[in-house]
Amino acid sequence: MNIHEFQAKEIFARYGIAVPRGIVAATPAEAKAATQELGGQSVVKAQIHAGGRGKSGGVQLVRSPEEASESAQRMLGSNIVTPQTGPEGAPVHKVLIEELADIKKELYVALTIDRGHRSPVLLVSIHGGMDIEEVAATNPQDIHTEPIDPLLGLMPFQTRRLVRHLGLEPAVAGDAAKLLTALYQVFVDNDCSLLEINPLIITGDDRVVALDAKINLDDDSMFRHADLMAYRDVSQEDELEAQAADLDIAYVNLDGDVGCLVNGAGLAMATLDVTTAAGAAPANFLDVGGGATPEKVSSAVKIILSDPKVRRVLVNIFGGILRCDIAGEGIVMAYKETGSTIPLVVRMLGTNVVEGKEILGASSLPVVFAETLTEAAEAIKQLKV
Amino acid sequence: MGVLVDENTRVLVQGITGREGSFHARACMAYGTNIVAGVTPGRGRTMFDDKVPVFNSVEEAVAQTQANMALIFVPPPFAPDAIAESADAGIPLIACITEGIPVQDMVKVYRYIQRKPVRLIGPNCPGLINPGAKCKIGIMPGAIHLPGRVGVLSRSGTLTYEAVGQLTALGLGQSSCVGIGGDPIIGTNFVDVLGLFDADPGTDAVVMIGEIGGTMEQDAAAFIKADFSKPVASLVVGASAPAGKRMGHAGAIITGESGTAEFKIAALNDAGAWIIPTPADIGSTAQKMLESNGLLN
Repeated sequence: MNIHEFQAKEIFARYGIAVPRGIVAATPAEAKAATQELGGQSVVKAQIHAGGRGKSGGVQLVRSPEEASESAQRMLGSNIVTPQTGPEGAPVHKVLIEELADIKKELYVALTIDRGHRSPVLLVSIHGGMDIEEVAATNPQDIHTEPIDPLLGLMPFQTRRLVRHLGLEPAVAGDAAKLLTALYQVFVDNDCSLLEINPLIITGDDRVVALDAKINLDDDSMFRHADLMAYRDVSQEDELEAQAADLDIAYVNLDGDVGCLVNGAGLAMATLDVTTAAGAAPANFLDVGGGATPEKVSSAVKIILSDPKVRRVLVNIFGGILRCDIAGEGIVMAYKETGSTIPLVVRMLGTNVVEGKEILGASSLPVVFAETLTEAAEAIKQLKV
Repeated sequence: MGVLVDENTRVLVQGITGREGSFHARACMAYGTNIVAGVTPGRGRTMFDDKVPVFNSVEEAVAQTQANMALIFVPPPFAPDAIAESADAGIPLIACITEGIPVQDMVKVYRYIQRKPVRLIGPNCPGLINPGAKCKIGIMPGAIHLPGRVGVLSRSGTLTYEAVGQLTALGLGQSSCVGIGGDPIIGTNFVDVLGLFDADPGTDAVVMIGEIGGTMEQDAAAFIKADFSKPVASLVVGASAPAGKRMGHAGAIITGESGTAEFKIAALNDAGAWIIPTPADIGSTAQKMLESNGLLN
């Protein structure tokens, strides 16, 4: 789950990490008043769940409360398109009004779980305020990676080493070390999958301040973070993806017209690949999961059918934990409830496959059966849409 | 023959009294697996299906039954504890089926079990099966398997069944099938299992099913090039997945060029692996590979 910059900064502040003074505004009038309160000048920052705002008009320096109002007017209610959002962009419902910062130095700090080390890693770079992928491509030697033993936590000798890599003067070294320690605590306490500050700044008066803040939370940890669920902003999520998430269905919206219903993530990816190889384009990734009931399968099918792009449906079920008859029942249920006439190709294998096919065969659904993946892809191609 | 499990494997099921644990424990026993104990804290001194004694702790279960493998069906909040408990009790092999363990719990458990003489398969995996030994330890449908000499190795569940289904349909039996799991932090990786298949006299060749995300396929490619003596056919799924989106598996997310299917396929191709062009061609590619190596009989 992603959260907004202002929410991440709320968390930071609770851990004693310095952030600029800021006020969240939902209207131009609030943006104006906030700028007034911050001394007449501010930075207006669109709150969306995507990076790359700066280059896309989502961050603006304003010199007066009126300018802040105008800037907020432009951003609020609009969609901001960044390289990370896709062409439709992300809607702005709130802006963060922040005091201007006196920047002496811009740094980069991030924490994530590294598969190679099988542990958390802390990344630092002296190139703050830039796209870190770009730094990795052009100056990889300037990114220092510090693996952290999760049983020990971030040790003081490591923070000293990191501070050294950042080339910080003695005047700020202590504060920087404290910040890194606090940051690791944020990462652990909140089950972050990614925590990034870009840039972390050193101010003219030698304070260490998180000018930006990005936090992604581990979805699998949410059972112990009821409080953090309050940070969820569904307006930033794809509507169908949000619906699916609420039903505990793994779903990713794609561009094509073939709705895909599959059990298992690997088989679902394989189904997309086979569909694509046959010259058709999948409308979605969907893994209905192992222990699905007819009701859950039906909900999954209804999500597929409610997608206006979908002109044909491909069902690929390898019955194991999920039995084919359960899948069949769920599919029939969804078509009956929606009255849909979208044609479907069904490929079923494994547990109770005979019963599953009987249920679908006995229904009035526009269904074509296929035995193998190749046949299924061919049948999808043949469907007149 | 086969890897990791066989007729001598004595299985203890953690979470045997739960919905999934009981269902799959029965299916494993029906296949022929020797399940000797169940563990559910608080449910000790009872019997599961009048056949399997249930214990309060792994320690007791091992002392009473000499179990030498643990199969875990415990919900995510309690699964890290279950893994550590089995490792602590001296169990040498653990398969954890549980999906959805928080990654920060797994990094800690991984560190802990590194200090123990134990191999962990998974989490978020279908388990493993040795058809020739009638030993199924996991959630895969037993009936699709055929005893034989092809090793199957995969990050996925149902896609492994698809692979096995295609092999069996062509009469190509399996020595062992190991699903290593779809999470970013797993106990056993491709290279580990490739090493086991290499040393197994019952395995002639390997079918390896990879996917987008991470660099495990590249590591496998390097190993195949340098140290692996048997033919390998490999599929990498997720070529049509967009970057930055988690495709179901927590581990299946493209976060850089090295995580893409294209990059992984190039590495495997360079290592001399047979590339399976699409998921529909698993069986046929394996057949060609066996044929050209004189391994079809």
